[in-house]
Amino acid sequence: MTVEVLDDGRKRIEAPLSDEDVRELKIGDVVLVRGTVYAARDAAHKRMVEMLDRGEELPFDIAGQIVYYVGPTPERPGHVTGSAGPTTASRMDKWTPRLLELGLKGIMGKGGRGPAIRGELKEHTAVYMAALGGGGALAALTVRSQEVIAFEDLATEAIRRMELDDFPVWVVNDCEGRDFYGETVKPWRKNELLPESLHVSTDEWAGKNGGG
Amino acid sequence: MAEPREIDAAEITRVVRDLCIEINYKVPEEMVRLVRRARELEESPLGRQVLDLLIRNQELAAEGEYPYCQDTGYTVIFLDLGQDVHVTGADLYDAVNEGVRQGYGDGYLRGSIVRDPLFERRNTGDNTPAFIHTRVVPGDQIRIQVDAKGAGSENMGKHAMLKPADGLEGAKEFVLQAVAESGPNACPPGIIGVGIGGNFEMSAVIAKRALMRKVGQPSSDPQIAELEAELYEKCNALGLGPEALGGTQTVLAVHVETMPTHIASLPVAVNVECHAHRTGSRVI
Repeated sequence: MTVEVLDDGRKRIEAPLSDEDVRELKIGDVVLVRGTVYAARDAAHKRMVEMLDRGEELPFDIAGQIVYYVGPTPERPGHVTGSAGPTTASRMDKWTPRLLELGLKGIMGKGGRGPAIRGELKEHTAVYMAALGGGGALAALTVRSQEVIAFEDLATEAIRRMELDDFPVWVVNDCEGRDFYGETVKPWRKNELLPESLHVSTDEWAGKNGGG
Repeated sequence: MAEPREIDAAEITRVVRDLCIEINYKVPEEMVRLVRRARELEESPLGRQVLDLLIRNQELAAEGEYPYCQDTGYTVIFLDLGQDVHVTGADLYDAVNEGVRQGYGDGYLRGSIVRDPLFERRNTGDNTPAFIHTRVVPGDQIRIQVDAKGAGSENMGKHAMLKPADGLEGAKEFVLQAVAESGPNACPPGIIGVGIGGNFEMSAVIAKRALMRKVGQPSSDPQIAELEAELYEKCNALGLGPEALGGTQTVLAVHVETMPTHIASLPVAVNVECHAHRTGSRVI
């Protein structure tokens, strides 16, 4: 598809994404994601990479697709999903390059990616977007359907195909290797109130193993 | 000696079950108030947008259909067990874990605990076992506090055995460093629980207990209350803001607990809490 730009400047996307689509997404953009995404987090990533190591195919064709780092709560009867906010992206750093090599184009999670993954996003023309951390209830409202397609024994960590309707995210790391967090925080830091050692680079966040 | 008061383990199970469900949908009143206050104080337009979303998320979750966050946490239980209580019918900790099992099942909450950390990492499915801290206190009641602690913020915790020579300034710098490095992963604005003193493990335990205090309530010790106010201001000077997208509201409160320590030691533990602060208590 091509990226749809709304009157208020927000951009709407739907997988599959081309390199050209990805290039239109810049840090700070508010993006509405609709259509198919694949939910996968720690345990599913580990298994997917083990499958690739054995020469097997992934449970879904990842080329051009969007992966969402999420492990939802169980759905109530009559609901399509439970709460479904993002989990910390940097925990997936170890496995992400292998998926980018196969053509993964969009990733959604929480927090930033370090210089290494930013370089990989640039090399493979892919984009990382952050959803509202801890906003699991709101996120649920944008899920139209979901089904487990692989690794059911992993419970909340199974791979799910989800259909989203205008799920809002911010572009945090674009395919030019840029980092939104680094730019947004600097103007607000009051260095005069802080010891010198605290003039930290936001790169440090990315090596951390937050959860969610 | 007073006659022991008998408390049926089933009653403990019921209270734990109910609390697990309640807290995962409805954050404490003080959190509602403090997030709204942060919305008023926030200077960054993007930060205000984020806080508006968090307020909507609070309201939506309180309706009882979707938990506040999909990470329904480690279940941490604080038991203040009166020494004149005699628990009957089941083992105390079994009763607590049964409450967690029922609460997470009946409340449609996520099981996030794996049986072993290193090998299979198989999900127990019902969020057990709970992590239980017990304190024996005078009296014939049991106070039960349940906390659903998200891993995003928990993983941002830091601990150090500082030198006495590092002193107050060293301790403050360590806390600020921890908050600065936690960035977006800890889902700010949240609460910073700090434990200073004790030994290796006690500093961490009191940091967690600091988070269990009513949010925003200053320490009863005036010196510590002053330290909390200073750290609150400096944490917010870090500029992370809501979801670390920049702004003036990085933390809602800083709670510090201290205790006696060794002549050679200055242990400092920082337990970070996200905006999804889910806790509640009841007395039996």
